[in-house]
Amino acid sequence: MDKQKAQIDINNTVVKIRGLEKSFGDYDVLRGIDLDLYQGENLVVLGRSGTGKSVLIKLISGLLMPDQGSIEVLGNDVTAISEKELQELRIRIGFSFQNSALYDSMTVRKNLEFPLVRNRKGITRAEIDKNVESVLDAVGLSQTINQMPSELSGGQRKRIGIARTLILNPEIMMYDEPTAGLDPITCIEINDLINEVQANYKTSSIIITHDLTCAKQTGDRIAMLLDGQFQRVGTFNEVFDTDDKRVKPFYDYNFTE
Amino acid sequence: MATIKSIRSTIPSRYQKIKDNVSEFFIMLDRVYSFVLRFFKEVFLPPYEFKEVVKQCYEVGVRSFTLISLTGFIVGVIFTKQSRPSLTNFGAESWLPSLVSIAIMKALAPLVTALIAAGKVGSSIGAELGSMRVTEQIDAMEVSGTKPFKFLVCTRVIATTIAIPLLATYTALIALLGGYLNVSQNEGTSFTTFMEQAFEPLTFVDFWASLSKAVVFGFTIGIVGCYQGYNSTKGTEGVGKAANGAVVTAMFLVFIEEVLIVQIAGWFR
Repeated sequence: MDKQKAQIDINNTVVKIRGLEKSFGDYDVLRGIDLDLYQGENLVVLGRSGTGKSVLIKLISGLLMPDQGSIEVLGNDVTAISEKELQELRIRIGFSFQNSALYDSMTVRKNLEFPLVRNRKGITRAEIDKNVESVLDAVGLSQTINQMPSELSGGQRKRIGIARTLILNPEIMMYDEPTAGLDPITCIEINDLINEVQANYKTSSIIITHDLTCAKQTGDRIAMLLDGQFQRVGTFNEVFDTDDKRVKPFYDYNFTE
Repeated sequence: MATIKSIRSTIPSRYQKIKDNVSEFFIMLDRVYSFVLRFFKEVFLPPYEFKEVVKQCYEVGVRSFTLISLTGFIVGVIFTKQSRPSLTNFGAESWLPSLVSIAIMKALAPLVTALIAAGKVGSSIGAELGSMRVTEQIDAMEVSGTKPFKFLVCTRVIATTIAIPLLATYTALIALLGGYLNVSQNEGTSFTTFMEQAFEPLTFVDFWASLSKAVVFGFTIGIVGCYQGYNSTKGTEGVGKAANGAVVTAMFLVFIEEVLIVQIAGWFR
């Protein structure tokens, strides 16, 4: 499915990162990066394995704390807010994990109910059921409602993982390697789902991947993370219109015969 | 000369290794202290996860019930059987019910229950939370605005603290039953007489000390299992280490606590 033209508001920055640095031991992963995510856009972060792509979204959601720099999410400085404020902010951010991170001991229904019941005080049983059915319908997996995560395929797990984040109606979505380990057809389905989420839920998204097909199908803008910094940011064609030896192999591997 | 030189060259590295081990130990102590402190900070604050506590109590009880029934019964029978010859030498077989009850109530029941629970429940908690950590399920809870520490750690620690004393009481009764069957078979003592003699030497302090011990053991098994699992790293290897660490550390601490509580209970007698 072709990506529809997204409604992006470049005057409204939902994530603003300035001078972000993060090290693990002696290894400097992020070396002073700047990034803006605009309202309504899908921003794809590309880069080799181990370049800190996943670290970046964990920093944005407050799972990790930076060594230097500022991260402003929906007007809140993630590095300076209290634990309670961070918890409230996280409800507005959806996070789809690389391995889905579904709760093994719960059925699909319980997985989906879990964040809802804990974050919407006084919600009725009927409202819970309605929300669960609605997000399951959105990801096209209504039939799996009573299944355990172990009974689902990789693609289904990814979809349920996305559904679990959608149930709280997030304003920002973060996808960590959404197509990793999936067959090409399922990859296309997941890419379409990401675009549907953008269109139907009006989310702004950061998509971490090294799958260029995913980047091309879902991204309104691409940011290439090289040597701990965003070296190339722009549309897909702008980013790959280069002879840079660190960038070209990505394109050649995916798109040349 | 070369040998002396090589010995000299190893001294700083050995010294450094000891220094690193000592500092690592204190860093770990600090982490454990912070973990326990966090438990006490969060356990009294809402939201309260009553349903999950009940579920975990059930899990702890059910997981250990069969093994504890069997072990408790065998401990009662074996202890009675092994004690008989010594008492017979002094013509004191009639003291057997008292001896059995004192040993079971004061020491064996809480200790045996704790050791079995450390193996069954502690390892299971360590492995479960460890696997949740490495598969990012705990992170998933965190980013969905829920408090994983409260939901996973507080509930499990409360459950072990409640369920293990109950299991210890059950073990004591089953072990006494085992002791009674052995005494009844050999000496023909009636159930009423056995129980009268068994409970006669026990005081309120004995029951209280035994129950306190079981509560402390339960808390220890829960908090150690949760600490190991919650802080697990390094993939599947980390999960194995968490499960193993939960059992070894909990058993070690249970023995230390046993000594301390016996000493403290002695001051109240």
